[in-house]
Amino acid sequence: MSAVTRNGHGNDGAPEKLTKADFQSDQETRWCPGCGDYAVLAAVQQFMPELGIPPERIVFITGIGCAGRFAYYMDTYGMHGIHGRAPALATGLAASREDLSIWVITGDGDSLSIGGNHLIHALRRNVPIKILLFNNQIYGLTKGQASPTSELGKITKSTPFGVSDQPFNPVALALGAEATFVARTIDIDKRHLTDVLRAAAQHEGAALVEIYQNCPVFNDGAFAALTEKEGKDVNQIRLEDGQPIRFGSDNERGVARAADGGLAIVNVADVGEDALLVHDSGRTDPSLAFSLARLAEDPTEPTPIGIFRAVQRPVYTRSSRVPPEPASEAELAELLVSGDTWTVT
Amino acid sequence: MTKVIEERERVVVRFAGDSGDGMQLAGSRFTDATAIVGNDLATLPNFPAEIRAPAGTLAGVSAFQIHFASRDILTPGDAPNVLVAMNPAALKANLAEIERGATIIVNEDAFSKRNLEKAGYEANPLADESLEGYRVHRIPMTTLTTRAVEEIEDASTRDAGRAKNFFALGVLSWLYGRPTDVTQRWIEKKFARNPAMLQANLAAFNAGWSFGETTELLDVQYRVKPATDVAPGIYRNVNGTTALALGLIAASVRSRLPLLLASYPITPASELLHELSRHASFGVSTIQAEDEIAAAGMALGAAFGGRLGITATSGPGMDLKAETIGLAVALELPMIVVDVQRAGPSTGMPTKTEQSDLLMALYGRHGESPLPVLAPSTPAGCFDVAFEAVQIALRYRTPVIILSDTFLASSSEPWMVPTAADLPEIDPAFATATGEPFMPYSRDERLARPWAVPGTPGLQHRIGGLEKADVTGNISYDGANHERMTELRAAKVAGIARDVPPLEVDADEGAKLLVLGWGSSEGAVRAGARRARLAGHKVACAHLRHLNPLPANIGEVLCSFERVVVPEMNTGQLAQVLRARFLIDVESFCKVRGQPLQAAEIEREIEARQ
Repeated sequence: MSAVTRNGHGNDGAPEKLTKADFQSDQETRWCPGCGDYAVLAAVQQFMPELGIPPERIVFITGIGCAGRFAYYMDTYGMHGIHGRAPALATGLAASREDLSIWVITGDGDSLSIGGNHLIHALRRNVPIKILLFNNQIYGLTKGQASPTSELGKITKSTPFGVSDQPFNPVALALGAEATFVARTIDIDKRHLTDVLRAAAQHEGAALVEIYQNCPVFNDGAFAALTEKEGKDVNQIRLEDGQPIRFGSDNERGVARAADGGLAIVNVADVGEDALLVHDSGRTDPSLAFSLARLAEDPTEPTPIGIFRAVQRPVYTRSSRVPPEPASEAELAELLVSGDTWTVT
Repeated sequence: MTKVIEERERVVVRFAGDSGDGMQLAGSRFTDATAIVGNDLATLPNFPAEIRAPAGTLAGVSAFQIHFASRDILTPGDAPNVLVAMNPAALKANLAEIERGATIIVNEDAFSKRNLEKAGYEANPLADESLEGYRVHRIPMTTLTTRAVEEIEDASTRDAGRAKNFFALGVLSWLYGRPTDVTQRWIEKKFARNPAMLQANLAAFNAGWSFGETTELLDVQYRVKPATDVAPGIYRNVNGTTALALGLIAASVRSRLPLLLASYPITPASELLHELSRHASFGVSTIQAEDEIAAAGMALGAAFGGRLGITATSGPGMDLKAETIGLAVALELPMIVVDVQRAGPSTGMPTKTEQSDLLMALYGRHGESPLPVLAPSTPAGCFDVAFEAVQIALRYRTPVIILSDTFLASSSEPWMVPTAADLPEIDPAFATATGEPFMPYSRDERLARPWAVPGTPGLQHRIGGLEKADVTGNISYDGANHERMTELRAAKVAGIARDVPPLEVDADEGAKLLVLGWGSSEGAVRAGARRARLAGHKVACAHLRHLNPLPANIGEVLCSFERVVVPEMNTGQLAQVLRARFLIDVESFCKVRGQPLQAAEIEREIEARQ
């Protein structure tokens, strides 16, 4: 990415390099202590200078929920919208302002429940917006009801006898919605998160990044199998382009095609390294990415993280038929008298 | 034979037939020829919600009415002088509205046993006495059209069947001396790619005209002279949809803000989406959104980006947009919401007109969320209201609702085309950095806040639906601040009254009764008052185009009459607002039949109160 400079100049006249601090607003962050949102905010603020875009051309649009507060903490342009509608607001902005870098911050309730329709349509249109979906598998701001990603059987305030609705798999849903970029990462894995943000930012169309985000108050430890020291190596399946998909403390396990055409977790020793699936996020056919997304029922077992899909497709922007500026007064005059006219003298 | 030519000052013609008979087309061609003659005119299409209801049934009847005159007219007319009925169902569906003595022209060929049954006629009305008192002309239009089309190579029987609307148009064009070249040119252009249809339609039209000239059935030809009481200028015929679209485009050009319309298909507002979609070269972007909510969101997103954000809908779509409109009120961003009202509740009658969204436009959001509401009063007047709505939205940084309706959207009339250069410039007055810390909720003398669009260096800020602290725009849960912000938002919208022209009253000396209308009923109210005056009654009338805020002098006007009657196509919504606000015993005249108010109804209401 290009060198990053502040719009103005330092006292010595030299361009001033942007830093994390340039993206921190003066508002006090008000998430619960230990919330995964802090880690994501810090990583995003740290990453922003890398974009090479001045803060005034960056916009954060958020929905409702804990994640919705994100916009207030970024010293960019921002809009805290209404529940589930951030992708719609962002689409209107993106369709009329190609010069902006537009980020949508949303949660699992916001984007997969009340805003499901806007999410899938923004993805299939390939609107140039980067959607960061904070998935904590619970409603936090309304104090602990089941969300569309809560696992079956989960006891919550609204489901005292356990969740009975089949949860969404956000990555699989996005792939089904014709998304051109779909990735999954983890709140506290700053390096992985930053790598994914970078790839999403570089992607030319819509990007959906699912971030496993811990809610210490209402759903603590939901992703412990992937984040705790002892389980991490066993359960994180890191997808890297061009590499055979392997994991485990000694890379002893891997992902290979099963006899039935699907994917299976195998012991490398049993099948040999050549049998392993080599990851390719650029595959046009999303079927393998979909199978990968569904490798784990929920993130308590070996779960792929990384970029599932990154392909090119025409980006949704202002139509090439529409000039950037309104017509001239002369053209307006011509339009007003178009059609059959007559003159009264 | 020699034909007698009679002068008429005004004529109302209604074309009626099956949905598939092309009556809207025949009517609109007749309208264009009439406009070229220089008659004043007003039209009213009336069609079923079904695309093709079963052929020949009452449910499938589609009609188009045109009122034209040698003087200024105000409505599409009440009772037709001439009904063209292409089948028994069209006759049956319309007969109740035709006064005795009127002319009825029927396609005799369509009065078969089967068609009569479908229309629910036990006996053929052409054969018994049920049409006594009318001047009935039975013309075998299908046979004559087929004969005219027979000669044309490549034209099928089907083409002949479909061309009979042009035969009917030919007859009517002769009867009222409409120029033929306008219609012929139109046919040639429209069917250029289909030579067989082109020839068939031309032949049918010419055959209809010749039939009128030669037949002994029609012994009188009518003349309606060009209107003379019309201001000089260039005119064109527009319906409310076209006028509204042109007004929005004009406002975009004069504000230099690219226009973005996001809409979801819904009857009848889809027409505005279609109309604006055609004008991409004017910097007009249109998005067919995934739903009504998204459409409103996209318009607001575009507004945040410094564009002219517009969304349009009807009926249930308004319910769905309420949440986003509320956000726009909190964000204090300019945005235009067009509501082409239709009969409700729920799906209601999608193709029928009503004015029943007034209270919803004024109050239909949670919390205290005032916003300006404007209602055009004539089809051509939609241009001015659209332009003014944008002026208000930009000047006061507020969403504005335009309450049009099905009648205005589809009705047409001549419009004196404004000179583009005479339209005022609209300054969006974007905020720029001053070196001082930026205060997104500081206010100017009109209480409008700065519009700082992304891309402007130094003005990065965050807005949102949470209550904002006065001036700084930071999140605030402070009760006193919330009260102040509630008052500021209300005062800002109320202050728009400064820009609203005073309510003009057209009053007879000594009139004790005021008829106060709003929205699309202006023509009917003025025409009704005109008729009442001819009958010797004294009356005053006035019309509201600004529903919020109301013109500053309205209280004074209301108090200066002994009685005030408010005609509305709802159950008394404006009357309720006026009663609550001014403690005046406003009377209501209400109609919710899916049809516009008529001059005769207004005349009757005036008479009843003398």
